[in-house]
Amino acid sequence: MSIWVGKQTRLLVQGITGNEGTFHALGCRDYGTQVVAGVTPGKGGQSVEGIPVFDSVATARAKTECNTSMIFVPPPFAADAIMEAVDAGIELVICITEGIPVNDMLKVQAFMEGSSSRLVGPNCPGVITPGEAKIGIMPGHIHTPGSIGVVSRSGTLTYEAVWQLSNAGLGQSTCVGIGGDPINGTDFIDVLSAFAADDDTEGVIMIGEIGGSAEEDAARWIQANYEKPVVGFIAGRTAPPGRRMGHAGAIVAGGKGGAEDKIATMRDCGLQVVESPGEMGSTMAKVLGR
Amino acid sequence: MKIHEYQAKELLRRYGVKTPRGKTTEDAAEARAIAEELGGRCVVKAQIHAGGRGKGGGVKLAASPQEAETLAGQILGMQLITPQTGAEGQTVRKLLIEEAVDIARELYLAVTLDREARQPVIMASLAGGMDIEEVAEEDPEAIIRQHFDPHLGLLPFQARAVTGGLGLEGGTARQAQKLLAALAKAFVETDASLAEINPLLITGSGDVLALDAKMNFDDNALFRHRDIADMRDLEEENPLEVRASEFGLNYIKLDGNIACMVNGAGLAMATMDIIKLYGGAPANFLDVGGSASQEAVKNAFQILVEDPSVKAVLINIFGGIARTDRIARGVVGALEELGDVTLPVVVRLEGTNVEQGRAILQEADFEFVVATDMDDAANKAVAAAGGA
Repeated sequence: MSIWVGKQTRLLVQGITGNEGTFHALGCRDYGTQVVAGVTPGKGGQSVEGIPVFDSVATARAKTECNTSMIFVPPPFAADAIMEAVDAGIELVICITEGIPVNDMLKVQAFMEGSSSRLVGPNCPGVITPGEAKIGIMPGHIHTPGSIGVVSRSGTLTYEAVWQLSNAGLGQSTCVGIGGDPINGTDFIDVLSAFAADDDTEGVIMIGEIGGSAEEDAARWIQANYEKPVVGFIAGRTAPPGRRMGHAGAIVAGGKGGAEDKIATMRDCGLQVVESPGEMGSTMAKVLGR
Repeated sequence: MKIHEYQAKELLRRYGVKTPRGKTTEDAAEARAIAEELGGRCVVKAQIHAGGRGKGGGVKLAASPQEAETLAGQILGMQLITPQTGAEGQTVRKLLIEEAVDIARELYLAVTLDREARQPVIMASLAGGMDIEEVAEEDPEAIIRQHFDPHLGLLPFQARAVTGGLGLEGGTARQAQKLLAALAKAFVETDASLAEINPLLITGSGDVLALDAKMNFDDNALFRHRDIADMRDLEEENPLEVRASEFGLNYIKLDGNIACMVNGAGLAMATMDIIKLYGGAPANFLDVGGSASQEAVKNAFQILVEDPSVKAVLINIFGGIARTDRIARGVVGALEELGDVTLPVVVRLEGTNVEQGRAILQEADFEFVVATDMDDAANKAVAAAGGA
């Protein structure tokens, strides 16, 4: 079992005719994901290595019954692409694009009010259920099917955690990158709720970073609602205040969003927070008694 | 992106925010002429990006044009040290000369994004001139917060709630409401991440003026604001950071002696953290990104080793989209070009094309310190830099 993506996923790739779009659409298909359609406005009727391309998401949806979208549209047009997918009723919209203006995401948020679509990202590596479906840019081969859920604001740090888990003999149920932007579609609590309802997820690795208070909110939610063990790591203990550390959302501003506060709250709420990012996998093994 | 006070005021005036009259100059004699135009009494203000300029001696009141010239001569070219510049300070290249206005009250006003509420928020307080973070710490109740919908703008009742909370009345309240609406509109339309007026001034006759102004912008939205993008002042930024940004690299200079080259922002922060955990100090944050070319990696490596405080380099790459072989080639290329690098270079490679990447390093005419995982890499880098 897993959450959100799997054998049932029928994937649409928005921006499929661009370099990145093509490369990763094929990467996902090679992994075993059903990639059924692509969309690039103005390029309907073409195909990319056998994947049919449509002018609009609505047409792609009507013709192929795609239920999930992966977005590689450049930043100035990405918010529009998200809203088009939501409007067409796509259940799960995963936006990989980095660099979308905050104001555009506020528009997306207003547009999505009352909609049943789920947005993951933007600025994220995607979602993978090992052995079933990969939707995103992560290297598929480091993953192994299993029972640990991973949720993270960072891309490569997620790969690091997955690699450590696989080395420790622990496979993954689903890994979700929620992205490094200040305004995103899915937060830690959304993912944790889904893991809570998934019988085959035994434990969770939660990787946060400086900026905002999503980690504190999640920790308090875990204390009140979540039974399974959670191992956490927060990146950015050494980050200077007031500087954006690569991710648009990774900034300690106005005395808020610092790593120490997050770690303290997570520990108070019963999470196992590791000191070293090199110990995420081994700590999970220890917690589960493996 | 940050801009100068005079640029922020220029932008805000377009939206109807009132400011004192003034002009910029880079010349002391011209400062005197401007002061004469303004009627003699004026304020000489250093234009650097860092805040706290007054505390460092970068803002001075001149009683006469003669004094304005003298003060301008002292401030221009000085290394202005403020709580935000760091110990080395920032060179003053430009001054804003403004008319001196009579001050009855000073307030604080700002618009920023509230990430948790996912809406812009106006923050106001009676403690004008003070650092809002201090106010928030000492007396959080003293800050008035008013959220607004960015697509509807600040509504009149919301503006009244703010001015009511500040105890403003009559014509002053009405002027302040107009200013609030203008500030909110400017914030949204320019894709700002911060628009701060500190202090907001109430004059003896009840007029409302922005005495200081600070604006930061969402870098991701600059593509649709060419006029604002043109306001970028590269002189205010660290030269190594400017060079790195030309190659699409995300580089931030820090105080330590272990240089880091990492792919991905999260892993880059984690690498800095683990260096610290093992008793070392990172010299920088550097995310070479997912699609870094060999050329970009080469430049990144050169920027790292140019920093004279660096005693060791730690390369930590987990190849996803970033292919480890391409990064290895970039590093080897940089070493060949530089020729005489004697710094120890610790490398940890994992992920896509890792076998090819490791082979490239092995065949290179340079003795890399190879590490098996993050802990091992951090330990070796700290030892190579002279220990904890």
